[in-house]
Amino acid sequence: MNKEEIIAELKTIIKPYSEETAAFESIDEDTDFLTDLKINSANLVDIVLDIEEKFNIEIDNDSMAKMLTVKATVEVIESKRGNGGQ
Amino acid sequence: MNSLEIIGKLPYGKGFKFVDEILKIDENGVLGTFTFHQDLAFYSSHFENMPITPGVILTETMAQIGLVCLGIFLLKDNPKINETTFAMSSNSVDFLKPVYPGEKVWVKSEKIYFRFNKLSCRVAMENSIGEMLCKGIISGMLISNLYDQQ
Repeated sequence: MNKEEIIAELKTIIKPYSEETAAFESIDEDTDFLTDLKINSANLVDIVLDIEEKFNIEIDNDSMAKMLTVKATVEVIESKRGNGGQ
Repeated sequence: MNSLEIIGKLPYGKGFKFVDEILKIDENGVLGTFTFHQDLAFYSSHFENMPITPGVILTETMAQIGLVCLGIFLLKDNPKINETTFAMSSNSVDFLKPVYPGEKVWVKSEKIYFRFNKLSCRVAMENSIGEMLCKGIISGMLISNLYDQQ
């Protein structure tokens, strides 16, 4: 799975949690979950739990703390899935 | 940590504390009770001449017993326990039967997950003969100071 495919999966996961339609439609690597998509910290936890299930990975507290932007989230997903990916 | 210690750590004042006893508590859930005394302030106006416990108060009661008391128990070994509390972040509750002044209720909660400072529970409230009064899913975030959230 390449970066674009991961971002596409992320969009599906994030959609129910953001009311910021314009920001959501123009989502890119620099999109910030809290400031751009106005997602609260409680829903961010649900997004991370959905990511764990979708990508079959386990996310620890340190990784969770980094996952505030699309870019950082993709990096965490890629590193947990291993370099080869599937 | 015993039941009295848990109740002692609740952040609510007398007029908004909806927990009388914790009967059972462990890592996975809690069972507690509360009696809605007929002199509670809201009964005179909800509704006029027809007092019924408001749904928000039933939800609050389920959250205080099912989420906050369980959360305090789960944090028992955390050195910051006295500087933190849980703020309700979402709930979805079905109300099945009205609760009248003077009724005693039993609130039973099962932990769904507690991760990244978010506690999510499946909570139900029953009356003295085991009839379900309301049920739902209630979640909260562990926070250090409510005024930091503004």
